[in-house]
Amino acid sequence: MFDFDPTMVSWARAQFALTAMYHWIFVPLTLGLACLLAFFETIYVRTGNEEWKRLTRFWMTLFAINFAIGVATGIILEFEFGTNWSNYSWMVGDIFGVPLAIEGILAFFLEATFFAVMFFGWDRVSKGQHLFATWMVAIGSNLSAMWILIANAWMQHPVGMDFNPDSARFEMNNFFELFSPVAFAKFTHTTSSSFMVGSLFVIAISSFYLLKGRHIKMAKRSILVASVFGLLAGAFAGMTGDESAHQVAQDQPMKLAAFEGLYEGERQAGLVAVGLLHPAKQVGDDNDPFLFQVKIPGALSFLANRDLNSFVPGIKDLIVGNPQEGIVGVENKMVRGKLAVGALQDYKQAKKTGDAAMAAVSLQTFKQHQEVLGYGHLKEAGDAIPPVAITFYAFHLMVMLWGLFMLLFGLFLYFTLKNSLTEQKLLLLTGSTSFILALMCSQAGWVVAEVGRQPWAIQGLLPVSAATSNITASNVQTTFAMFCVIFTLLLIAEVKIMLKQIHIGPEEK
Amino acid sequence: MLQTTVEALISGLSGLGMEERMRQKFRAIFLFYKDGFLSMTVGKTLWKIIGLKLFVFFAVFKLFFFQDYLGTKFSTDEERANYVIEQLTQMK
Repeated sequence: MFDFDPTMVSWARAQFALTAMYHWIFVPLTLGLACLLAFFETIYVRTGNEEWKRLTRFWMTLFAINFAIGVATGIILEFEFGTNWSNYSWMVGDIFGVPLAIEGILAFFLEATFFAVMFFGWDRVSKGQHLFATWMVAIGSNLSAMWILIANAWMQHPVGMDFNPDSARFEMNNFFELFSPVAFAKFTHTTSSSFMVGSLFVIAISSFYLLKGRHIKMAKRSILVASVFGLLAGAFAGMTGDESAHQVAQDQPMKLAAFEGLYEGERQAGLVAVGLLHPAKQVGDDNDPFLFQVKIPGALSFLANRDLNSFVPGIKDLIVGNPQEGIVGVENKMVRGKLAVGALQDYKQAKKTGDAAMAAVSLQTFKQHQEVLGYGHLKEAGDAIPPVAITFYAFHLMVMLWGLFMLLFGLFLYFTLKNSLTEQKLLLLTGSTSFILALMCSQAGWVVAEVGRQPWAIQGLLPVSAATSNITASNVQTTFAMFCVIFTLLLIAEVKIMLKQIHIGPEEK
Repeated sequence: MLQTTVEALISGLSGLGMEERMRQKFRAIFLFYKDGFLSMTVGKTLWKIIGLKLFVFFAVFKLFFFQDYLGTKFSTDEERANYVIEQLTQMK
C-alpha cells in the first residue's frame, strides 16, 4: 500500500523553495530594470543627448548579465513538478498548459527578436526602431511574467474548472475565469514591487559611484529617473498590496490570520504595526499571542472587509468554526472532505465492476463535497494552520521595508532636485545597500504568499502531502545538494561579473 | 560554416523563385546576429555561462535526476489517471 513519506514532502518543498527563491533573485530585477532602460532610452531619443545613450548602454550591460545568469533557472521548477510533484502535475496539467505555453512562446519570440535588436542594434537600426525594441522587452517581460502569476493565482484561488474523476484532472471550463481578482492583484503587486527592486538596483550602484566620486553626472541622472519611478511604483505597490491582502481575507482567511498572528477573531480588529509573537502560543491555550505589539485600531477589519467594524476570523474560529459569524470550521470540512474522498473511491470501484447505479450515486456524493476534497486528506484540524511565525515576520518585514524604500525614494528625489545629493553621505551609504534589502523584501513577499497558504498545493482541494510523487527523500536530498552547489557557483559568477562591470563603469565618451 | 549553410538556404529559396530582396533581407538578418555576437565583449562570457548552465540542466539534471515520474512509470494516460486516483483515495 502506498504511504506518503512526510520527510520526502518536506525535502520536496525545501527544494522547490530553494529553486523558486533563487529564480526570484533575477526576475524582479529583469522586470524593473527593463522598464528603466526604456525610460532612459526614451529620454535619449527625445533629447538627442549622447550622455543618456551612454547611460542606457551601461545599465543595459548590467541587465544582460542579470538576464544571462537568471535565464532558464525557472526551467528547474518544471523539472521538479514532473519528478517530485507528479500527482499535482497530473491534476493541473489542463489548467497550467495554456498559460505556461503562452508564456513560453512569448518569452522565446521576445528573446529571439527584441532582445537581439536591443543588444546588437545600436547604430544598426534607427533610433526609433531601437527604442521600440527596448520598450517591447520591457512590456514583453512583464506580460510574460503575467502568465506564471495567473497560474500561481489559480493555486491560491482555483476557479474556472471542474474535477474530472475519470481523468483525475482539473479541467478548464472557462479560460477567462483565470483572470480573477486574485490574479489581477497578484500580477499588479508583483510587477510594481519588481519595479521598486529595479529602481533600488539603480540607486544602489549610483550611490556607490557618488560615494566614490566617479561617474557623478551619470549617477545623478540615473537616480533622478529611478527615484521618480520607484516612488510611483511604490505607491502603486502599496495600493495593490492592500488589494492583495483584501483578496487573501476573502479567499484564504487562514493566511490572513497567520500573517497577523490573529488567534481569536474580533470586530474592529487592529493591524499589527510592530510585534513580537509568543513562541509557545498554541490554538486554544491561554497564552497571549504576542509578547509585545503595537496595533492600528480597526485597520485589519478595514483591510479585510473594507469596514472598520467588521469581524475578522482568527485561527481558532477557522479551525473549530464560529456559527455566530457564519464560519464553518476545518473539523467540519474534514468530515465532508473524507466523504468526497470515499465517494471518489466508490465511484472508481463501481466503474471497474460496471455497477452504473453505484457509480451514479457515488458521483453525486462526490460532487456535493468536492469543494472541500483536500480537507479529506488532513489527519487533524491543526494541519490546516500554516507556520504562523514565518508568515507573520515575513509579512511585517516586507511592509516595513516598503516603508523604508518609500522614504529613500523621497529623500533621493528631494536631494537630487536640491542638487545636494553628493553631500548626503549617510543617505548614499543606505542607498548603496538598499538593493540587498529590496531583494529581501521581494523574497519576503513570496514567503508570505507561499508559506502562508500551507498546507495547500491547491487551496482547499489538494494538500502538499497528497501532491507529491511516491519517491524517497534521498532522491530529493541528492538534487537539493547539487542545486545548492550549482546555484552558489552561478551566484558567485553573477556577482563577480556584475562587480567587474560596475568597476569598469560606463564606456568612455 | 553557418554562413555557408545560410547562403545555401538562401540560394535554395532563390531557386524556388524568391525575390532578390528576400535574399538580401535574410542576409542582413544573418549578418545582424553574426556581427552582434562577434562584437560582444562581456557577452561572450555570459554565453559560455548560459551554454554550460543549459548543458548541466538538460543533459545532466533532466536526463539523470529529473525524469517524469508518471511518464516513465506508465505507458497510457488511463493508467496514469487510475494511479493518481488511487493515490488520492488511499489516504482516507
